Amino acid sequence: MLAAITSLTILGIALGYLLGLASRYLKVEGNPLQAEIEELLPGSQCGQCGYPGCTAAADAIANSQAEITICPPGGLALVEKLASKLGVSIDLSSVEDKAPMVAFVNEALCIGCTKCFKQCPTDALAGGPKQIHTVISDACTGCEKCVDICPTECVAMRPVPITLQDWHWPKPDAVVVTQVSVV
Amino acid sequence: MKITVPIIGGPYTHETSSINRLMLWVMLALLPVTAYGLYLFGWPAIFLFTVTVLTAIIAEALSLWIARRPIKPFLLDGSAVLTGWLLALTLPPWAPWWVGVVGSLLAIVIGKQVFGGLGQNLFNPAMVARVALLISFPLQLTTFVAPHPLFAAGSPGFMDSLHVTFGHAAQLDGISSATLLGHIRTQLSQGIDLSKALLNQPSLTQLLWGNTAGSMGETSALLILAGGLLLLARRIISWRIPVAMLATVAVLATIMHMLDPLRYPDAAYHLLSGSLMLGAFFIATDLVTSPVTGKGQLLYAVGCGLLIYVIRSWSGFPEGVAFAVLLMNALTPLIDYYIKPRVYGRTHRGEPIQYADEATSKKS
Amino acid sequence: MKLFKIRGGVHPDDRKKLSANKAIEPMPMPKLLRIPLQQHIGAPAEPVVRKGDKVLKGQLLADSKSVISAAVHAPTSGQIMAIGNYMAPHPSGLPIRTITLKPDHDDRWIELPAEVDPFTLTLDEIVKRVADAGIVGMGGATFPSAVKLGLRKRYELHTLVLNGAECEPYLTCDDRLMREQADDILDGIRIMMHALQVEQALIAIENNKPEALAAMREASSGFNKIKVINVPTRYPMGSEKHLVQTLTGKETPARALTADIGIVVHNVATAHAVHDAVRFGRPLISRVVTVSGGAIQQPRNLHVLIGTPVQDLLDYCGGFLEQPSHILSGGPMMGHPIPDTKVPVIKGFNGVIALTAKETAIRPPMPCIRCANCVTACPCGLVPLEMAARARNGDLQGAVDLGLMDCIACGSCAYVCPAHVPLVQYFNYAKGELTLRQRAEHKQAETKRLAEQRAVRIEHQKKAKREAMMRRRQEAARKKAAAQTTETEV
Repeated sequence: MLAAITSLTILGIALGYLLGLASRYLKVEGNPLQAEIEELLPGSQCGQCGYPGCTAAADAIANSQAEITICPPGGLALVEKLASKLGVSIDLSSVEDKAPMVAFVNEALCIGCTKCFKQCPTDALAGGPKQIHTVISDACTGCEKCVDICPTECVAMRPVPITLQDWHWPKPDAVVVTQVSVV
Repeated sequence: MKITVPIIGGPYTHETSSINRLMLWVMLALLPVTAYGLYLFGWPAIFLFTVTVLTAIIAEALSLWIARRPIKPFLLDGSAVLTGWLLALTLPPWAPWWVGVVGSLLAIVIGKQVFGGLGQNLFNPAMVARVALLISFPLQLTTFVAPHPLFAAGSPGFMDSLHVTFGHAAQLDGISSATLLGHIRTQLSQGIDLSKALLNQPSLTQLLWGNTAGSMGETSALLILAGGLLLLARRIISWRIPVAMLATVAVLATIMHMLDPLRYPDAAYHLLSGSLMLGAFFIATDLVTSPVTGKGQLLYAVGCGLLIYVIRSWSGFPEGVAFAVLLMNALTPLIDYYIKPRVYGRTHRGEPIQYADEATSKKS
Repeated sequence: MKLFKIRGGVHPDDRKKLSANKAIEPMPMPKLLRIPLQQHIGAPAEPVVRKGDKVLKGQLLADSKSVISAAVHAPTSGQIMAIGNYMAPHPSGLPIRTITLKPDHDDRWIELPAEVDPFTLTLDEIVKRVADAGIVGMGGATFPSAVKLGLRKRYELHTLVLNGAECEPYLTCDDRLMREQADDILDGIRIMMHALQVEQALIAIENNKPEALAAMREASSGFNKIKVINVPTRYPMGSEKHLVQTLTGKETPARALTADIGIVVHNVATAHAVHDAVRFGRPLISRVVTVSGGAIQQPRNLHVLIGTPVQDLLDYCGGFLEQPSHILSGGPMMGHPIPDTKVPVIKGFNGVIALTAKETAIRPPMPCIRCANCVTACPCGLVPLEMAARARNGDLQGAVDLGLMDCIACGSCAYVCPAHVPLVQYFNYAKGELTLRQRAEHKQAETKRLAEQRAVRIEHQKKAKREAMMRRRQEAARKKAAAQTTETEV
């Protein structure tokens, strides 16, 4: 009886000490997951997620403080990648894939104030002072930073027009049975 | 002219097939053996059959209603009727009515709808019910009667039959009769070998025609075979499952019979008795719960055959079709995961084919 | 010749009787022709005419400016009314750059080069003539034919296969062309054999077209390098890779071309166009189109100018017997619905099929019952039911892992499915969605690079500013110090 108690106590103390040592000497510096997630994020530091940049967002996602669906420019594809990286299962059919939007400058209203292209994280706005600005839509991530800053409200978000090249068959409706005739 | 149809891709033509058509063909194939079974065991069998099928339909409708799914299309697809039907065929024909009711509820609710309804179930619903019943009510599920053909002398009339099915089962004692497999098992356990045990037992021809004690629709090997051939001809089932399953049992039975003829009956007895025939053509071939590839089906059927023989020969139960099918059902997802057809232009490992002889015709 | 079995396949009712016995008829000149600048796989052609120009029949309207592209020519003489956007003959109905030509009804040809003996031309000259004529694969795939004829340079080729299988139900345009113009097709085949420098040509015709078979046999009787082969009637026999397997027993390796095993496949109608282009210098400005289907009053085979509105074809065939449920370009297995009957006929249209609701037999889908009919029917050895389940749940990568990219979209799986699950439709959706995602990913990488560049630039600017500030401060301090010293000195 006494032998059992003693031996188990000693064993417990020894193992606990080992664990303590391990936690001190084998400590992982920082969170490696955070870096991996940041690699996947768009990296345009647009701030649409509510965090001050992709690094902060990656940190939040890695610490489960933010949903994996917070990044609008990343879209459904990013959600899928994050889900597989973090090993969370997510019902992808429930995630709405927002149609991609790009900024569009109404040239009639633009006064060439240059405020917008100082804001643009990807240099997608071209033009100089006192010149009318235009958006290079291939470089625009749709972060909307330019929309709020414009003094004349001439920047608007528009959906990217679908062309024949990027049209594809829509998803057939999920199984919905409306009517059926026998045989 | 502007065309207003939903944008959905082709093909814009279709084979004349549908799920209810498929189910109707299976029912048609079951018709001969069912009609014979109902005739052979008289009114009680007819009552039990009706109760079982009706309960299946009601259970399906209720489940769909609770799940808020459309009731009409899923009821009309015929799968619930078929499940009830198959279950009824595996029951002792004079079993009390509540056996059919409980069985159908188990099959439809636990065996099918809980998994998500049509096409989602992992296990064959009728076999889930059969096994659950066998374990819960062993007495009722193993009390068989000798044939009492409809309108024959000595068979119960309509009113008496109502009493058999809906009254108390106690009075069956006087007329109960063991199935061949049950008899062999009992005799062997009492130390009586086959040379004596098989005396006064139904002959092979009798087993072929089915004029013997047994479950409602399992006695006539010949009629089941006829229905099975119809399904094969209509390409609703493939030959692989029935052939591989029967062959496995036959081969094992032959080997064991040669080793010890006094303990192991020969292949013919195995093939023609119990629910093997019905199992091979109508139960193991259930589309939802069997593998989708040819090779997978062969493996599955060999597994079924093996388990049936093992259970029949060495376990506490005289018959093992239901257990074997359920066990192999559980393996179906695994079989489908590992056994896939070879993709065109690729090797079995999934690498693109390379022709060694001409290397490649690409000019460097 | 020994034939080899292919896996799977289906036997749809071919319904070719509707139009098989109707000889090819020319269509009356339409009021307006609308000629899209992209009727092929690859880059759109660039217009070389202007609005208001008068053009002659066969004159170049738009030229191909990249490797994979095809030129477009005037189908008749007339005036260019507009170069703009018009509804594409495509299920989306999205606009596409289109030249509108008003025929002057003179139908005057541009001056054509004198007839040449193709066998005196160099191989590159033949390929160039085919390219200049704007010929594309006329079986529906519309891949520029000149590119395929130039494969000799990159591959060791030995066989040319002529696809006369026409395995799609309803379509009879290749059948009629083989019956009526076998000699011209054969000439085209000989030119193509010459251009490709192959040892033999195999003309594959499904055994439901005995007349075409006889006609081609007779035409090829003098040439021992050309064999006409009767192949079994089975969909998708016309799939290039499966046809080659039937004839040679060899599978084309995954993600490779038939040229990798030394074989090039062309459609018989393409051979006919090659004959016209190389021997007579006539560009591809018309084609044979089957107008058929249960909803069509008088099914016919028509010789149609490229750019003719589909409505004209329907009117010429007496309109509808009853309201069709679908109007398709191509056959019912792989054809596409057209969004409006005003869209023009293009080079890849082999049929305009108006189907009744009864013919399409479209029913609401039921859940999959795992009957495995699709597994049996798939000619590519895939498990469609599993792939569709993944695609439906948004697991596109899962579908790819199961072989989505090996699917040839033949639709055999959806054709046999008793539950009417839209199987191939899920695969088409998944493939399109994946391409789109790849493009989005590319864009994302690009914007990330831009953002990083900007960050570096801003950092530089800040640093420069800081340094400038420091310098100014130091300058000021020095001046102050200097002033102080002078002060003390004073």
